[in-house]
Amino acid sequence: METRNLTCIRCPLGCQIEVKMEGKEVVSVTGNTCRRGDIYARKEVTNPTRIVTSSVRVSGSRTGAVMVSCKTAADIPKARVMDVVKDIKDLVIPCPVAIGDVLKQDVAGTGVDLVATRNVE
Amino acid sequence: METYNVVIIGGGPAGLAAAVSAYDAGEHSILVLERDTQLGGILNQCIHNGFGLHTFQEELTGPEYAQRFIDRLIERKIEYRLNTMVLDITREKVVTACSRADGVTRIQAKAIVLAMGCRERSRGSLNIPGFRPAGVFSAGTAQRLVNMEGYLPGRRVVILGSGDIGLIMARRMTLEGAKVLVCAEIMPYSGGLKRNIVQCLDDFGIPLKLSHTVVDIEGKDRVTGVTIARVDSHMKPIPGTEEHYDCDTLLLSVGLLPENELSRGMGVELSPVHKGPVVNESLMTNIPGVFAAGNVLHVHDLVDYVSEEAETAGRQAAAYAAGSLTDETGREIPIETGGGPRYTVPETLDPARIGDQLTIRFRVGSVMKDRRVNVYLDGDRVLSRPRRVMAPGEMEEVLLTRKMLDGHPDLKSIAIKVEEG
Repeated sequence: METRNLTCIRCPLGCQIEVKMEGKEVVSVTGNTCRRGDIYARKEVTNPTRIVTSSVRVSGSRTGAVMVSCKTAADIPKARVMDVVKDIKDLVIPCPVAIGDVLKQDVAGTGVDLVATRNVE
Repeated sequence: METYNVVIIGGGPAGLAAAVSAYDAGEHSILVLERDTQLGGILNQCIHNGFGLHTFQEELTGPEYAQRFIDRLIERKIEYRLNTMVLDITREKVVTACSRADGVTRIQAKAIVLAMGCRERSRGSLNIPGFRPAGVFSAGTAQRLVNMEGYLPGRRVVILGSGDIGLIMARRMTLEGAKVLVCAEIMPYSGGLKRNIVQCLDDFGIPLKLSHTVVDIEGKDRVTGVTIARVDSHMKPIPGTEEHYDCDTLLLSVGLLPENELSRGMGVELSPVHKGPVVNESLMTNIPGVFAAGNVLHVHDLVDYVSEEAETAGRQAAAYAAGSLTDETGREIPIETGGGPRYTVPETLDPARIGDQLTIRFRVGSVMKDRRVNVYLDGDRVLSRPRRVMAPGEMEEVLLTRKMLDGHPDLKSIAIKVEEG
């Protein structure tokens, strides 16, 4: 039996939640004070995901911008976050770029695209 | 001299929302003045997500959130000037601005919305002993360097203060290859949002040391190390608790201060507590026709609330310029805060000038558990909301409705209290 301790982020209360696991199965969730905490804890121990945000270089900007901000178009497994930032480290995007433009398809093999989050002329 | 009905000082989230709402209220003589090279203000460097959950029911990054409002401004063909620094505003609402393109210009406004935002407290306001080497940055400066300029300010980082920008930068610097050693917070609780503590520190195993502060900065040309120590209940460092960290960078995330030099210069009354203008229910300052919204008024946690507040200020500025908002009715009732809120925004209200409802925002002074937020009109409790936990880092709000006010036609006192039970 494995025990995982989490801080719930669903509200400012920040309940300290204890999740007991048998392999990949959640056996019990305790310490939460509402149902939202239970849902959060189960997702966080079985399939934690994050949206990755970063910024990458641009070339040829008319306004002199150096970087364009970007994000993964959907959340990716938390364990793959560092792979994503490594994969986009050396990207240079020619201008203009618009919000939503795909900067890199299937970033780090996650099946998710990297998209621009600002317009750069 | 040029004339505009509504002049908005600042093109960040507050200024943009105020301009759009003033326009939508029927006022088309609007000018937004922005000192930066682009609209959007601080959102341009806040590339993380989590913005807009309340406003758009989706999670946007800062630049995306800003663009939604910039698009609205452009659709309405609202005038704005970039690279334009406002130098002075008079009580008569003459705005003096300067720019490379136009030199010094003077603009007569009928109404003004102050939307200058806030800035970070710096090392100078902290009294940290030690040398003055390179490598000490405010968290927001580091954020701009990493996200917009493409520089990583350091490799081994200590963060003082657990404000949201510091927490966000702990994650950002880690993702860019730096090692963030520790985040020290002098208070016994964090000043940041819970989700940032979990997703920016816990996710990367960065320790948060509460009741700790920096007692020494070493290094002559560049930071070479930082010493932190535990503090007692009077925030004095406890000898013998020092811990040394070898590092090249110290980030400061030690609070934000509303940027009110212009307001002070024109004689706007400022609150000693939230450091922004004292305003009434219309978000109007003590100078008739001068309104304030966003972080220049009081520092917010969420941009969504900045936009909402600024929409009110913009609408009221339009009403004032059109002559439909009266100056004073002599019934400005101060909102009392006996026990709980450190301050409220607005500070006073005139029941006659409230439409369907009024949002009153406030912060508490310490972490409180299992309380109720109670609103009293002439001693009658008209609202009572249970709160499991309240913290200074999370802004609170109550909604006063027309119906509650109508039940008290001769209203003399209003109190918002945080009470047990």
